[in-house]
Parts: sequence; C-alpha cells; structure tokens
Amino acid sequence: MSNQAAVIESTVRDPLILGKKDYHQITEDICRPVEGKANKYWWIAFIIAFTTMIWGILCLAYTIGNGIGSWGLNKTVGWAWDITNFVWWIGIGHAGTLISAILLLFRQRWRMSINRSAEAMTIFAVICAGLFPVFHTGRPWLDYWMLPLPNQFGSLWVNFNSPLLWDVFAISTYFSVSLVFWYLGLIPDLATIRDRCVTPTRKFIYGLLAFGWKGTARDWLRFEEVSLVLAGLSTPLVLSVHTIVSFDFATSIVPGWHTTIFPPYFVAGAIFSGFAMVLTLMIIARKVLSLEQYITIQHIELMNKIIILTGSIVGVAYLTEFFMAWYSGVQYESYAFMNRAFGPYWWAYWSMMTCNVITPQLFWVKKIRTSVLATFIISIFVNIGMWFERFVIIVTSIHRDYLPSSWTMYSPTFIEVGIFVGTIGLFFTCFLVFARVFPVIALNELKTILKKTGNQYKKKGTY
Amino acid sequence: MDTNYTLTKNNKTIPMIMMAIGVVAIVMGFMTDTTRAWAVLLHNNFYFTAIALAGTFFVAVQYVAQAGWAVGIKRVPEAMGGFLKYGAIGMILIFAFGHEHLYFWTHNEYYDPNNPAYDHILVGKHGFLNIPFFSVRMVLYFLIWIGFTMLLRKESLQEDVDGSLDHFRKSVKLGAIFLILFAVTSSTSAWDFLMSIDSHWFSTLFGWYTFIGLFVSGLATMCMFILYLKLKGYMEHVREDHLHDVGKFMFAFSVFWTYLWFSQFMLIWYANLPEEVVYFKVRWEHYRTLWIGNFMINFIAPFLVLMTRDAKRQIRILWVGGVIIFIGHWFDVFVMVMPGTVGKDWHLGFIEFGTMIGYLGLFIWSTLHELAKAPLVAKNHPMLEETLHHHI
Repeated sequence: MSNQAAVIESTVRDPLILGKKDYHQITEDICRPVEGKANKYWWIAFIIAFTTMIWGILCLAYTIGNGIGSWGLNKTVGWAWDITNFVWWIGIGHAGTLISAILLLFRQRWRMSINRSAEAMTIFAVICAGLFPVFHTGRPWLDYWMLPLPNQFGSLWVNFNSPLLWDVFAISTYFSVSLVFWYLGLIPDLATIRDRCVTPTRKFIYGLLAFGWKGTARDWLRFEEVSLVLAGLSTPLVLSVHTIVSFDFATSIVPGWHTTIFPPYFVAGAIFSGFAMVLTLMIIARKVLSLEQYITIQHIELMNKIIILTGSIVGVAYLTEFFMAWYSGVQYESYAFMNRAFGPYWWAYWSMMTCNVITPQLFWVKKIRTSVLATFIISIFVNIGMWFERFVIIVTSIHRDYLPSSWTMYSPTFIEVGIFVGTIGLFFTCFLVFARVFPVIALNELKTILKKTGNQYKKKGTY
Repeated sequence: MDTNYTLTKNNKTIPMIMMAIGVVAIVMGFMTDTTRAWAVLLHNNFYFTAIALAGTFFVAVQYVAQAGWAVGIKRVPEAMGGFLKYGAIGMILIFAFGHEHLYFWTHNEYYDPNNPAYDHILVGKHGFLNIPFFSVRMVLYFLIWIGFTMLLRKESLQEDVDGSLDHFRKSVKLGAIFLILFAVTSSTSAWDFLMSIDSHWFSTLFGWYTFIGLFVSGLATMCMFILYLKLKGYMEHVREDHLHDVGKFMFAFSVFWTYLWFSQFMLIWYANLPEEVVYFKVRWEHYRTLWIGNFMINFIAPFLVLMTRDAKRQIRILWVGGVIIFIGHWFDVFVMVMPGTVGKDWHLGFIEFGTMIGYLGLFIWSTLHELAKAPLVAKNHPMLEETLHHHI
C-alpha cells in the first residue's frame, strides 16, 4: 500500500502538506469542522440545498401520483431528461472511485487530501442517479421486479439479454462496494473523533460508528488488508459501471447510439465530469473549512491535468465518431451526426463542444490551471458540458428516427426540471451534512505521508 | 552503475542470422505467393513498429506523469524507439510496392462508374482513402514519431553530460506534446494501416483497441530486454520492486486490452448489423482457432500467470508472461491483417515465422546497438534517487 512506498522523494516534487504541520495539528485542523459549531455560511447553504431538495421531492410525489405522463416524453422520445440526469450523476461518481482505487494503485499521494470527500460524492451521486430509473418505471413500488426474484406471477422474469438489467446489477454492486470502501476508511478517523469527544452522547454515537476501533497493530493490519482487497474490487468497477451504462445505448441499432467506442469513451467522460465536480466542491470546501494547506494549489493543478487528459480523450472520441459517421458510408449514421451539429438541437451540440472540448484546453496554460477562480469557472463549464453531452447523445439521436412521420421535438416539463434541481439539492444537502459530521480529509491516512511531503520536511526543489 | 552495454559476439552474430532467415523467408514468400508475402511483411512491419512506438510512448508518459520509479529502466524504452526508422522505411516500401495486394481501395476499377465493379461505398471514402493523402499521412506519422523519439532521447543524453534540470523540464513539455499528437496519430494510423485493409468495414473503437494491443506488447518487450540485461549482469539497480511494477503494467493492460476486445466484439455481435458483423464473420469462419486463441492467449494466460504478487517479482515467470504476450499480440495483428488480404487461404508456415524472426532480429540488433550507445542509467535525472530506493 501507499505507506510502504519509498521514503525518499525527489526535490523536484512540491510539498503536499503546507504550513509546517505536526501530527496533532493535522488532527486539530481536520476535526475542527466536526467539533465546532456551523457558521452562517453553512446554514445559508444548507437551507438553500434543503429547500431545493424538498421541491424535488414534491415534483417526485407529483410524478408518482400522476404517472410519467407528467414529463415531456412522447412516443418518439421515450428517453430524455431523466436518463440524461441518470447518466450525468453516475458519471460524477466516478472520480471518487478513480481516486480511491486507481490512484491508489498508481501510488499517487496527492489523492489523500481529496479521497474522502470524493468518495462521499460518489455515494451521493449514485443515490441521485438511482432515483431517475426508479421513478421512470412509473410504478416505483413494483421496482423489485427488476431483480431476478422467484415469484408467482407466471412468466414474469427479468430479461438477462437486456443491458438495462446489467445496469441494475452494475450500479447496485458499485454502490455497495463504494459505500463499504468509504466507510472502512472512515473508521480510524471516527475513532479519533470519538476519543476527542467531550459530551457523553457524542462519544456514544461516534463510539458506535467507530466499531470499537482501538488503533492496535492488529486493527491496522486488518484495515490495510481489507483496503487493498476493496481497492482491487473497485478498480474493475470504475470501468464496468459506465461501460454498462454505455451498453444501454450502444447495443441498440439507433444511429448515434450504436458505436463501438462508447464503453471507454463513456468511462473517460465519467472521470472527466467527476473531477470537474470534485473541483467545484473542493474549491468551496477548502475555503469554507480553511483547508487550503491540505488541499493545495498543487492538488488543484494535478486535478486540472486529469481534466485535460480525460477532456482530450473525450474530444478525440467526438471527432472519431464524427469521422466514422462519414467514413462508414451509412446514410443514417451520417444523418444522425449532421443532425446533431446542424439540426434543431444544434445549440446543445455546440454547448457540449465548447464546454467539453475547448474550455479544458485552457488548462495547458500554467497560470490558468493554478488559478483557483479560473479552475472554479472551468469546472462549472465542464459540469454543464457533460450534461449536454448526454442530452445530445440521447435526445438528438432518437428525436428523428428512421420514420420521418414520427419526427418530433422534446422539451422538459417543470416537473422534470424540478426533479433534476431537486437531486442537486439532495446532493448538496448530503455533502453539507457529511462535512459537519465526518472528517472531510482522511486524517489518519494523511499522517502517513506527512514526513515525506510535509513542507518542513522537504528541501524546496528548484523545479 | 552508469556503464554502457557492451555488445557481445553473439549479439552481433545472432541477430544477423535471424535477419538472414527473414530475408530467405521473404524471398520464398515472393516466389510462392506475392499477396501472402506483402501481407506477412505488413503484419510484421506494423507489429515491430508498434512495439518501438510503445517505447517512446512509455518514456513520454513517465515524464508527463512525473513517475520516479521508472527512471532506472527508461534507457530501455528509449532504445526501443530506435527501431522506428526501419519501420518507417519498411512501411513506405510496403505501401509503395505492395498496396495493390494489401489495400483493395487502391484499385482503380472501383471508382469507374462504367465498370461493373463500381463501389459507391469506396467512392464515398475516396476523400480519405486515396494514395496521395494516405502517403502524406504515412510520412507525417513517421516524422512525428521519429522526431519526438529523437528529441526525447537527445534531452536524456544531454542531461547525462551537463546535469542541467532544463532537460527534465523540456522533456516533460516534449512528452506532453508527443502525447497529444500520438493520441491522434495512433488512432488514424491504425485506421490507415490496418482497418483500411477491410475497406468497407469500420469501428470507432478500432484505433484505441490497436493502440492498447501495441502498448501491451511494447511493455512485454521492454520487460524482456530488462531481464536480458539483468541476466548479463547489468542493471543491478533494477530490483524485483521495479520488475513488479513492470509486471503490473503488463497485467493491467492485458486486462484493459481484453476490455476493449470485448467491447468491440460484443457491441457488433449484439447489434448484428451486416456491414459491421462481416468483419467477425470471416474471422469466425476461416480463422476460428486463431481468433479464439487470440482471446485465450492474450487474456487468460497473462491473467493467470501474472496475477499474484510473487509471480510479478520472479524473473522466470516474467519471462513466461513476456513471451506469451509478445506472441499473443503477434497473432492478434495476424488476425487483423490476413483475412482482408490473403483471405481464407491463409498459412502459418516458414514464410510467416521466418519473416517474424527476421524482423525480431532487426529489432534486437537495433535496440542493443542503441543501448550500447549510452549509459544504462540516466545519472542526472532529478528523480534518480527515487528509482534507486524504490520499494513496494
């Protein structure tokens, strides 16, 4: 694991922990938001997020009462806003898993300051995502029919040939593993908080949450073994979840959906959007919780580099698809892509291209990728762009199908918009609560790299 | 530690013998079946060029990702890039003289409306698939690849001399630029050299699939060169910890290759569109053993052999894994090239293996000579200490 890595570090690497911290100071800094009282800004944010969430719940209730006829779907466009949001949220979750699993395997120490909150984000994002297919079925109380349960309903049985069923398995596995992995990492930190508690009630609650962690060598040994196993399980999950989401589209024969590049390109896009959301959240969190010395400019710069990488992969995939639509000589395929770029939904396509392909390229300039404000703005652009990507893929491919007499347009109703905005409220509500009750940085894990990357231990490099 | 590799007598003679075998095989090929000979040449030329390219790619990635552990082995992938010039000459000659046999889109009759063979799909692609544009692209690819290989190598060697940190900084920049260009050229070159053989067929994933395949075989080749150097008593600073990391890469990218293989195959099989599925149909009907074997040898074998930690830390097992991957992906390219060229009358005989041995001889000769030209350790690399104290 990471803490077995080399102690010697090149002087060209910048320190990851600033401010001459010692072990105690790290505990103090990271436990402060949990132990102190929430400030005014937290309450304002919480009230806004919570109200939005309530609004979303009301819209969902309306949907349950009236059926999905209250959405803007029609007989040509049977998938639109809801699936767009589903894919968007699922994608956002991927950064957390990438940071906790793949960056662990690549021994990237900078992941330590951001993994906890990115993993939390994964869990909240998957919850938001899951709501959409659950309610799109129209009768959410019958959703257990999606599971292959023995039943007395005659021929009622799930269709194992359907990628939608694979999704049920993929996402529930993903959610379970992410949740367990995240909680496992929390246990030592929860014990730290428990040991610092002053009131008996708090001590009791954190004591329960910490599962009786004692911090003995035996505890740590087991902890590290389980972490490694879970990292091994999570790594294929990073790829498999969005791959299977892409299968929802790519196994069909709809022009614009059926293309072989979808699986890896969806995964790259998911990581791209996930890192954008991590940046959006962390830039706010480091400021509000005074964690600038832990989530440094270097962290932001490194995440921006991942944004460039994945954004460029996505860009190459867009161009590949467009080229192949022409190269294939299939008229339906060519039409689908021309319709995307120059048809009635041209504005969605060009929003996607601008936000996803052009804006991230600004990060090639060091000044921009080390600027907090610029990063924040671009991360918002990427969040918007990735939403439009899914909208473009889903709606523009099906609103003009093989039969011109069925061609139509789609626009969402206020109920659909309300549900989406509500999930954003739910996401932020969860995150704000998380930031108050759990340590947002894996403090015990961070301590293992202090002597390698703390700035008082490092000679400043000349790089 | 910073000694050069000294070529042994065998290093000079054995590659020469291998190349001689290759020449005999190629001559025999042209005497028996011209199309087969050109196809075999394209297959091997592409494969070994790809391996050399993987070397440069590896070096560029290590700089851009600021990886410290690989500093101790980077002279090996650097040296592998030296083969690219031979690959370039080979590819240009193969296209110039063999295109009639390899790429049926170069035949004029498909573009003549009065000819019964007139093919409107090829006419549609003519803006991309035509001899002048193909030639320009081909030359451009090699100029970019060879150019960046030489520039990265130059910075690395100059760093040995003056120890300035500027070379490291410049290499990071060069690496980043190379990666952008490579992201485009790796896909387009795969479309050109391989996908256009089956001129009607298309797959958006093809470029990435080919690229990952070449990267895995490049890693396996790099691993085997490191093992050979260790066998000869060089590279003492490369311990089992470094080999473990190389092994992890081989394992991980074998699995990733499988993922792409499956994605491409499954989606085409599931949708079952005639214009797409024809690619697998011909492979299923006439190349079944190789086609299934390809999957087994490139996924199951490396997966089982390289899975455990101990396996990746043992020289013998790494040899086994390296050879399996090297041969496995050679067959992968074989199954990509042959159905569209020689079709169902394919062979796997002296001509095929002999040419492979010839190319391998040239590759070994080229790489060992490059290795002998410079010290085996980049002694002034700013992350050298990390690689020397690499423990996992």
